[in-house]
Amino acid sequence: MDNMTIVAVASIVIAGLTTGIGAIGPALSQGRAVAAALTALAQQPDASATITRTLFVGLAMIESMVIYCLLISLILIFVNPFWTHVIAQTAGK
Amino acid sequence: MHISPDQTIFWQHGFLKLNATIVFTWALMIVLAAGSRLITRKLSIGLERSRWQNLLEILVTGIEKQIQEVGLSEPRNYLGFLGTLFVFVAANSICTVIPGFDPPTASLSTTAALALSVFVAVPFFGIEEQGLLNYLKSYAAPTPMMLPFNIISELSRTLALAVRLFGNMMSGAMIVGILLTITPFIFPIVMTLLGQLTGMVQAYIFSILAAVYIAAATRARKPKAEALQGIPA
Repeated sequence: MDNMTIVAVASIVIAGLTTGIGAIGPALSQGRAVAAALTALAQQPDASATITRTLFVGLAMIESMVIYCLLISLILIFVNPFWTHVIAQTAGK
Repeated sequence: MHISPDQTIFWQHGFLKLNATIVFTWALMIVLAAGSRLITRKLSIGLERSRWQNLLEILVTGIEKQIQEVGLSEPRNYLGFLGTLFVFVAANSICTVIPGFDPPTASLSTTAALALSVFVAVPFFGIEEQGLLNYLKSYAAPTPMMLPFNIISELSRTLALAVRLFGNMMSGAMIVGILLTITPFIFPIVMTLLGQLTGMVQAYIFSILAAVYIAAATRARKPKAEALQGIPA
């Protein structure tokens, strides 16, 4: 396999695996966070504004982990520097 | 593949580039500033007020209440900065429904600039509230061994602010673009609605996180004796 094939295969496989595996952990922890928030809301409904706001801030922090993974996948698919370098090499030859 | 509005260049001279990010940022700024100026020309104090003034009042009092709930006791000092962050990012998200509009927050330049302004504002408000020496001492709390960790956490949360907003906005725009080539009729509209929701949530998150960082920086340290008096013997 020459350089082009190696770079292409690696980029495609890793782009798929990054978001696929990277979304498991944050999804599970977001589920636990919402469950804890619902329990707290059921026990103290008059603190709902604070609980809801803290829940949203926590969910956004967890969500940003998945966003980093999505970013890597999108970069690997669309603006892959290794691919452009290899293409430029084969075009120059 | 159109990944960022930085790549659409309208005019170039040497290394000065007028790209879509700058054009749309300025257009949004002019619309927001001129609109607010027009609405606040004739303010009425009584119960009779125009619809637009009502809208602005709801917005301003809502943001003020949120800032107060985060723990900042004088929300008027921070209302300008935090309110502008919220309104700018929310207006970005809402205006994506206008055809031809490319949200400038979908470019890492804009979100990095916003995160850098938060990075500068937090020490600014902290020093204004506590004084320079007290603020610098807060980096070495609770023990001086935490000094490098405090500095690193300061830098990393700025980076996280920028990348979080950029990732959300860019992926929203990109998913709609990709779906338009696959199922062009109903599904992209649903995804645009989802993009609106996440855009508004991200605007709220950005401003609330900035408020929380400022609150952590301006919280005055109670002297130890005063704190111990509260504990019953």
